[in-house]
Order: sequence, then structure tokens, then C-alpha cells
Amino acid sequence: MPAILLIEDDPLVRRGLELALSRHGHDIRAAETGEDGLREFSSATPDLVVLDLMLPGIDGIQVCRRIREAGEVPVIILTARGDDFDVVEGLAAGADDYVIKPVQPTVLDARIRAVLRRSDSAPDGVRVHGELRIDTAALTVTVRDTPVPLTPTELRLLLTVSQSAGQVFSRQQLLEAVWEHDYLGDSRLVDNCVQRLRAKIEQDAAAPRYVQTVRGFGYRFGPL
Amino acid sequence: MSWTLRPRGLRARLVVAFVLVTVAGATAAAWSSARSASTALVTSNQQRLTASTADQLAAITPELSYPPDQAALDRIRIAVGENTLVTFRGMQSADGAAGLVPGTLRTAVQEQRQMVAQRITAEGKPWLLIGTPIMTTAVNGSRTPSGIEVYSVRDLTAVEQEIDSLTRTAVATSALALLPAVFLALLAARSVLRPVRDLRDTARRLADGDLSARTAPQGADELAALTDTVNEMAASLQDSMVTMQRMQSDARRFAADVSHELRTPLSTLTAVVEVLAGTTAGMEPDARESAELAVTETERLVRLVEDLMEVSRFDAGTAGLRLEETNLADAVRDCLRARNWLDQVDLVAADNVVLRCDRRRLDVIVANLVGNAFRHGEPPVLVRISVTQEEAAVEVTDNGPGLSEMVLPHVFDRFYKADAARTRTPGSGLGLAIALENARLHSGDLTASNNAHGGARFTLLLPRGLEKL
Repeated sequence: MPAILLIEDDPLVRRGLELALSRHGHDIRAAETGEDGLREFSSATPDLVVLDLMLPGIDGIQVCRRIREAGEVPVIILTARGDDFDVVEGLAAGADDYVIKPVQPTVLDARIRAVLRRSDSAPDGVRVHGELRIDTAALTVTVRDTPVPLTPTELRLLLTVSQSAGQVFSRQQLLEAVWEHDYLGDSRLVDNCVQRLRAKIEQDAAAPRYVQTVRGFGYRFGPL
Repeated sequence: MSWTLRPRGLRARLVVAFVLVTVAGATAAAWSSARSASTALVTSNQQRLTASTADQLAAITPELSYPPDQAALDRIRIAVGENTLVTFRGMQSADGAAGLVPGTLRTAVQEQRQMVAQRITAEGKPWLLIGTPIMTTAVNGSRTPSGIEVYSVRDLTAVEQEIDSLTRTAVATSALALLPAVFLALLAARSVLRPVRDLRDTARRLADGDLSARTAPQGADELAALTDTVNEMAASLQDSMVTMQRMQSDARRFAADVSHELRTPLSTLTAVVEVLAGTTAGMEPDARESAELAVTETERLVRLVEDLMEVSRFDAGTAGLRLEETNLADAVRDCLRARNWLDQVDLVAADNVVLRCDRRRLDVIVANLVGNAFRHGEPPVLVRISVTQEEAAVEVTDNGPGLSEMVLPHVFDRFYKADAARTRTPGSGLGLAIALENARLHSGDLTASNNAHGGARFTLLLPRGLEKL
């Protein structure tokens, strides 16, 4: 049962989501403010955080950044449609996905499960690409023998593209494969995640060797 | 063709009138002064010549014996000078151009018994003819003609040349006046036209929506009064526009605020009705139906609020485009598939129509049009994608009764519902308004019409050359 921390300031929305997500089989802890949420986060170590961006006190973006600094726990942000600025900021702060309020619990549950799903049924084994070593059984990644901590989404993205090195993936394909979104997924999710992944595994994120951009099409792993 | 000869602009008319007046004045002045100068010249020359002829005759007359013989006539002629004719009864003494003296002059001299002058043109030259009778004075002082007549012919070419040059000067003066006249006319036209042009500019800016446009009044003439009036009009226009805009933006903000405020309780409702709907298994039938109704109506409320917020964003101008390379046929097919409409719609699509558009907004438009075709029309519903050099078209037609002439102009109005009784599942009433705004956001258009054989037809036009906005 995944442990989920829900940070939402409105008490009734918080209670409603708590009720609904619990019925979907999640273990919910709820916090009212960003400060409370961060305290809860360090004491309870949840598997995932559902974070409202509009919070009194320190705002959702700040909270997201702190959570990301503390580790690889995935974050899904709650935002209002049309607040594009929030989405961009939230993704830049390290959020894995976002949903638009009011959200149907079924949809939120599907997103939570997608983000938490650690890997596709990749054949167990170790893939070595230059200085990058991916252990698909232990789900660990090292660069020059140094372990690189990845969020589940980053790991899943890396596994997906590295499984067929040299093949070009469109953003839409990646959204469906990694985020399990429908055909109207937001390609900015992919771009943001690729950037974060590059910052972790590439020697020079500006001239990536592993996850390369194919202009006008999408992304490709290698060739080295 | 007469209209082409007439200057049409105020400036041209002013300039032409000014130049005409100035040049006519200058010409008249130059011409009259040339005329009077030439008259004075001719008169003074004539006087001088007549006087000298008289003097010469006076000098020689005392020496004459009477009646004169041929020699005496010759002497008189020589004394008077060249081109002279002297007659006495049947005798005459002539030299040079003396043959030019006409009989009329001689008759005049004989009848008038005094000096007569006449100007003629002969042999291509102007001449002055002076005829005079020589009189004898009796002891009692009475003067009688002696019968001797002296005619002197004088060449006036030099005088004529002088007159010509005077005339030429007059013409040149008029011509010279033309340039300064045009210049002055332009200057004058400018000073008259500048306030007019300023007023026109102001009026144009007002018409273009810049209600802060004003003209500074200059002087205290009729134009200044007109300027004041225009400024007052603009000020009152601006006042009422400001009031209207404030009311409008208040109304819009209110709609946006209301929708925003509704979103929080809707978030709670959306979360809990699902719980409610998931627990209907053991419920009484009416409780179960109530729970199901709560779910349906909550969804409808969510859609309505979303649509209101979307409209608010269009009104506030904050709706943004996220353009992506999109295969139009694929996008439409995805839209239909996601709503399980693929089997119920005939899709005729040109292959590989790729354009830049916002996929979510395109999805909203197509879903709305096809949804409407099912809701208000009759199957079969046809979606046809066609393409030209500049734009792509998505045409959605149904086989229903079509849109009545009364409905057609209002079909994109907000909350306009043609026939509430006919709708099977109610929409928000904002769908087509939003679809149209979405089309326009793409610099495209959405139009409604009827098929020749009945049924409504909606056509979405999207420009193909849409670069990143």
C-alpha cells in the first residue's frame, strides 16, 4: 500500500481526496500547509507527494524544490487549468507530473500508479553504455562507478530509451510509455524530465551523449 | 473628362486659386504698365519728330520765294531731312521712303490745314508719317495755306523695339511672379490645412480606438472652434468608453472569480461523488439513482465551470497557444477514438496534412463539432479534411434538419440554445463560442451553414503557415 502525503490547504478538498484515494488503496497522510507538509515528509518518508501549488505560507513550488533536494520521492502537483505558469514552474522545480483541479480520483489514482511504477518488464540484466551502467534488476544506475539516484520517472525514461538504443522516440510515445498519458499529454513533462536526467548522468548536459535530442522528432539513446 | 481638370484636394484648390489670382494680378499690372509706357514712348517720339520738323520748316520758310519753284521744293526737302515729300500744286520733291505717304494723309492735311500725324506699317516696319501745310501770314495776322505741303516719313523701328522689350519684360515679370506665387500659395495652404490635417489625424485615431487622441487648438478662428468641439466629443466618448469598459471588465472578472471560487467546492464534490458512486451496490434503488444523479450533475457542473473559466481567459486575452507539428488526420482520429466515436463517423481525410496547431484546442473544437452533430443532427455524421496551399479545412456535416435561418446568426453566441427540447444531453451552452475562439486563436475561422440537401455543416479553417506565435 503506497504511502502518500497530500498537502492541500482547503480542509474539505483535503478530506474529500483523502476519502477517495483511500478507497483506491492508498495510505494517505494529509498536511494543511507547506511547513506542515515538509515536517510530515521528513518524519513519515512517503512514497509519493500530492502537492497543491496554492498554499499559504511557503508556496507549493518551494515545497516541491525542498522535497527534490531531500531525495527522489516523486511529486504530483495539483494545479488549475490555464495556470500555465504554475505548470512550468512546478515541472522546473522537479515535479514528475501534474493534474488539473477539480480532479477525478480515478484519474489521480492512475497518475499516482504510473509515476510509482518503477519499471516496465525489462529483462533483468546489466546494460553498460560507455561510463553509464544500468542494472535493470536492482534498478540502479552508476556513472563511472558512482551511484546516481534517479526518481522513478527518470529511471523509467532512461530504461525506455536505452532499451532500444538508437531508436528515435517521439515525445508522445514517451508520454504514453513512461507517464501512461493519453494522446493529449503535455510534452513539457518529457522535456523537463530529460533535462533533469541529463543533469544527473551526462558529463556535459549541454552536449548530451546518452539522451540526445532529435530536432523536430523527439529523443534517442546514443549512439555513443 | 472635365472632372480630371478639376483639382480635387483642398490643398490643390487653394494653390491653383492663389496662383491664378497672383499671376493674373502680376500680368495685368505688368501689361498695363507696359501699355502706358509704350504709349508714352510713342507720343513723346511723335512730339519730338513733329517738333523738329516744324522747327526745320520754320528755319527755312523765311528764305522762300513765292510761288516756289522745283529748286525751292528741293531745298525744303533737304532741310527737313531724309524720307521727305514736299508738294506744291502739281510739283513735288521726294526721296527715300517718301512714296509711303498715302493720299488719305494728304487729303487730311489739306482739309485740316494743320500738322497731321499718322502711324502706318509698311515694308515690315512701323513708320510715323507727319504731314504739315506751310502757312503764310498776312499783314493783318491771318494765316492762309501757301499750298506747299511737307510730308516727313520717320522710321519707328527703334521705338517699336523698345516697346517689344517692354512687353517682354512684362511677360517675364508675370512668369517670375509664378514661382513665388506657388511658394506663397503652398505656405498659405499649409497654414490653413495644418489644423485641418491635425483634426483629421485626431479623428482617425479616435476611429481607430485611441480615445486619448486630442488636437491642440490654435488661434481663435472657426477651425479652433471646430477643434474644441472635436476635443469635447472625444472626451465624452472616452468617458463613456471608460465607464463601459470598467463595467465590462467588472462583469468578466466577476464571472472569472465566481468560476474560480466554484472550483474549490467542486474539487471536493468530484472527489466524494466518486466514493458515493462506488458504494451503490447495497443501496436502495432511489438512493442509488440519487448517487448516480449526483455524479452526473457534478461532472456537468465541472464542465460548465471549466467552460466559463475558458471563456474568461479568452475575454481577458490570457488564453495561450501551444503549437506543435500535428498530423491533422491523426489528431482528428485520436479525438474520435478517445470518445468512442470512430465507428459512428465517416472520416474522409487527405493524407499527411501536417500543420502547427495546439492539439488540445484542436481536440476541443473537433469534439464539440462532432458532439453537436450527434446531439442536434442525425447520422451519418461526416468529417472531411481537405487542404489548400494556405489552409486546412475540417468540415463536420450531419443529416439532421440543419440550422434554421433564425438560429444561424446566433449559433456561436454564448448560452444560445436553439431548441432546448431537442437536446438529448445538455451542454454548457458555451461549446461553439469556445470552439470559435479557439479557431481564431489559431488565426483561423469557424463557420456554420447548411448543406444543399439539408443538415448542418460546420467548417473549421486553420492556416497552414502558422509559425510560433
